[in-house]
Amino acid sequence: MEIFLRFLEVLISGLLSGVMYSLVALGFVLIYKASGVFNFAQGAMVFFAALTTVGVTEKFGVPLWVAIPIAIVIMALLGLAIEKFVLRPLVNQPDITLFMATIGLTFFIEGLAQLVWGSTVRPLELGIPDVPIEWLLDKAGMFISFFDLVAAGICAVLVTALVLLFNKTKIGRALRAVADDHQAALSVGIPLHHVWGIVWAVAGFIALVAGLLWGSRNGVQFALTFVALKALPVLILGGFTSVPGAIVGGLIIGATEKLAEVYIGPLVGGGIEGWFPYVLALLFLLVRPEGLFGEKIIRRI
Amino acid sequence: MIYREAGQYKTTYLNDSQIFPIAQDRVAVALLLVVAFVAIPLFATPYIFSGILIPFLILALATLGLNILTGYAGQISLGTAAFMAVGAFASYNFMLRVPGMPVLLAFVLGGICAALVGILFGLPSLRIRGFYLAASTLATQFFVVWCLTKVPWFTNNSSSGVITAQQVEILGFKFETPQQKYLLVLAVVAVMALLAKNMVRSTVGRSWMAVRDMDVAAEVIGFRIMKSKLTAFAVSSFYCGVAGALYAFCYLGTVEPEAYNLDLSFRILFMVIIGGLGSILGSFLGAGFIVLLPIFLSVVVHYTGLPNSVTSNLELMVFGALIIFFLIVEPHGLARLWQIGKEKLRLWPFPH
Amino acid sequence: MTDARKIGDVILKVDNISLRFGGVKALTDISFDVREHEIRAIIGPNGAGKSSMLNVINGVYTPQEGTITFHGEVRQDMDTHQAAENGIARTFQNIALFTGMTVLDNIMTGRNLKIKSTFIEQAFWFGRARREEIENRKKVEEIIDFLQLQSVRKTPVARLPYGIKKRVELARALAAEPTMLLLDEPMAGMNVEEKQDMCRFVLDTNDQFGTTIVLIEHDMGVVMDISDRVVVLDYGKKIGDGTPNEVRNNPDVIKAYLGAH
Repeated sequence: MEIFLRFLEVLISGLLSGVMYSLVALGFVLIYKASGVFNFAQGAMVFFAALTTVGVTEKFGVPLWVAIPIAIVIMALLGLAIEKFVLRPLVNQPDITLFMATIGLTFFIEGLAQLVWGSTVRPLELGIPDVPIEWLLDKAGMFISFFDLVAAGICAVLVTALVLLFNKTKIGRALRAVADDHQAALSVGIPLHHVWGIVWAVAGFIALVAGLLWGSRNGVQFALTFVALKALPVLILGGFTSVPGAIVGGLIIGATEKLAEVYIGPLVGGGIEGWFPYVLALLFLLVRPEGLFGEKIIRRI
Repeated sequence: MIYREAGQYKTTYLNDSQIFPIAQDRVAVALLLVVAFVAIPLFATPYIFSGILIPFLILALATLGLNILTGYAGQISLGTAAFMAVGAFASYNFMLRVPGMPVLLAFVLGGICAALVGILFGLPSLRIRGFYLAASTLATQFFVVWCLTKVPWFTNNSSSGVITAQQVEILGFKFETPQQKYLLVLAVVAVMALLAKNMVRSTVGRSWMAVRDMDVAAEVIGFRIMKSKLTAFAVSSFYCGVAGALYAFCYLGTVEPEAYNLDLSFRILFMVIIGGLGSILGSFLGAGFIVLLPIFLSVVVHYTGLPNSVTSNLELMVFGALIIFFLIVEPHGLARLWQIGKEKLRLWPFPH
Repeated sequence: MTDARKIGDVILKVDNISLRFGGVKALTDISFDVREHEIRAIIGPNGAGKSSMLNVINGVYTPQEGTITFHGEVRQDMDTHQAAENGIARTFQNIALFTGMTVLDNIMTGRNLKIKSTFIEQAFWFGRARREEIENRKKVEEIIDFLQLQSVRKTPVARLPYGIKKRVELARALAAEPTMLLLDEPMAGMNVEEKQDMCRFVLDTNDQFGTTIVLIEHDMGVVMDISDRVVVLDYGKKIGDGTPNEVRNNPDVIKAYLGAH
């Protein structure tokens, strides 16, 4: 029983952090679906967003609830600027070129964030206590953080909102049309750049939420950029174009990562969370190259 | 009218497939080699050797390795530094554990180890492509560095995980001063660049480019895609492995696995992009550019009186902006600019 | 037609080939044969399955049912590489040249099966590697002469006009010295002069090298002029097979295809 409860505890906290992975992965999927760009800079955007929020509170002495809307505006502007100055000139270039451009973008954003706001580690207090849930601790002896639960809740709400946006609204329909075929979408009068601008702005917003949650947990620091690296295996697992794939992939990666850390890690000296999700995702790829929910592509010649 | 090819007739196919078909180019290359091997060693200061020239040459070799994989074979890799690490730590262990091991042989064996790891991690490329492959090479990066850090055998049980590369000695001659190390690195890099050029102008190079450009057609013609991709991974990793060994033995001296981190991988990728995908000359131009840029920036920052912390962030921004700039304006990098310049020169002084 | 070109025995036979992509039937129960040295055309409206048929012959697609007999050897599925080694070469409908390479290098790739040196020998540019490079270069130059590509030898193919690209692709296929050549719409999108040139090259190839040719073409005039026998496909089924004259008078064909004219 003890062993089982311990397993359950690890599993649940893994799933909860998995929801956060899903959120970041969704930022990737959104941009990939709409503009065919694998946005490596998503992690840098998370860092930039969190740092901007903290920076604004520090520099202008305003409370968090004022700083967050300011950060939202800044992130939206950043998204629009990226669309205009990086992606638009690179339209119709090979995927790999776009990918490399976003690596360049990563460096640029990281440099910019630290140049403007400094590079020291800053705490971020959202007012959500990071303590075990007492009820669970009493009844089952499990340590599940209240913060994790709230964070997972916020992510779940956001994920649902995004899915609804994508499937039920007019913007969502335009977005899916653009994702299917740029040229065709353009020819039926969908304002391509407009849609892309919106997508990047939304991605900026997702980055902000992720940045706030992660930043408040681990402090706002450069390591936040590695969030993007966490989301990559999720994408491999779920497929780059699948919204449910990102969600389920995030949960799987979150859970297995924690389980591996607890049960396999000690056997090999720890620190395996850096690569374990990748290896897991790759092994999966060898079996199913199109990912969990990806469609099999028939190549025509 | 100095640089032209009129009057230089090729009467055999052998003549026509020379590396530098134009006589003026051959003279220029010969001059460059004389300068590199004779003039520079006579006049350069130790700082120029160990601060600029040695890292430039070593990184150019790694860039060449990545360029073979990404530029010629079209397989993107974000794990270059991992292959360098394998080369470095393998060479170190060969030197450590095999009595009387000649250092050059240790470099080659280190390169071969890197090639084997490259083949292993290149296997996914047979089933996956593009971003998926990029992600899988990231896995290589994390896994290799983790492995070298966690398994004490690789670092000879050093408690801090840091190794000290052995003295480089060839036939009793000790390479100690920066100048001597520079000459060794230069010789290795020059020979390997020549071999790379030979490969890309032969069938193996054509097989890489064919698979890169149109894999189905390549297969229909009779190339084996698996063989082509895996040789690209092997050769590329070999080059990176040797570069990594030189990085440890002739540049850093004492190394920890973390020296070969993701940041180094990205830097080398930037060198490839800025220098020019699919160009051997470009690998050198790109490496030179990225080695010199921070030095240039720090001088600028120094004179403008800005705090020094600005330099590193500014460097990130300039790197990033340059990558995007080059991808937008000249995706074939400095090598293409060089080529355009040469074509202009061929016609000079007549505009058409 | 010269005497050198005598139509021989059947060298390729496809029997009851069916090919599906998921639920879509691309080919249903197709059988026909190709004789040595002949020019065999496959015609049919768009989406009739012509390209799929070529892809089955050289192993790009694996059919669910049926067999392919090449030089007496019966197979369920042709392996692409084996097809190349057995002397089958082809061109593609949407030009599949290696765009980053020069014309010369593109044609040289066609010689790859003749090159036996390892990549290490090639790296040192020594002995066998160097000799092979020169020998194969000679052969490639013959093809360059044959197809009149001398002036663009060192041009990157991306810079060439469409008609020349098609010719380079033919050159690359011929460089392999194939016994059988599969041409997927070699004249599509060309003007009359370019078509005439291409027709001449196809006939010359067949004539001088005795290469068996299987071609897909939309231009009826061309097909009727140059081919010995014609297969007609419609919606993945075979509706006609015979000499151009026979096909022309086949009522099914007239209804499905020629009737449209």
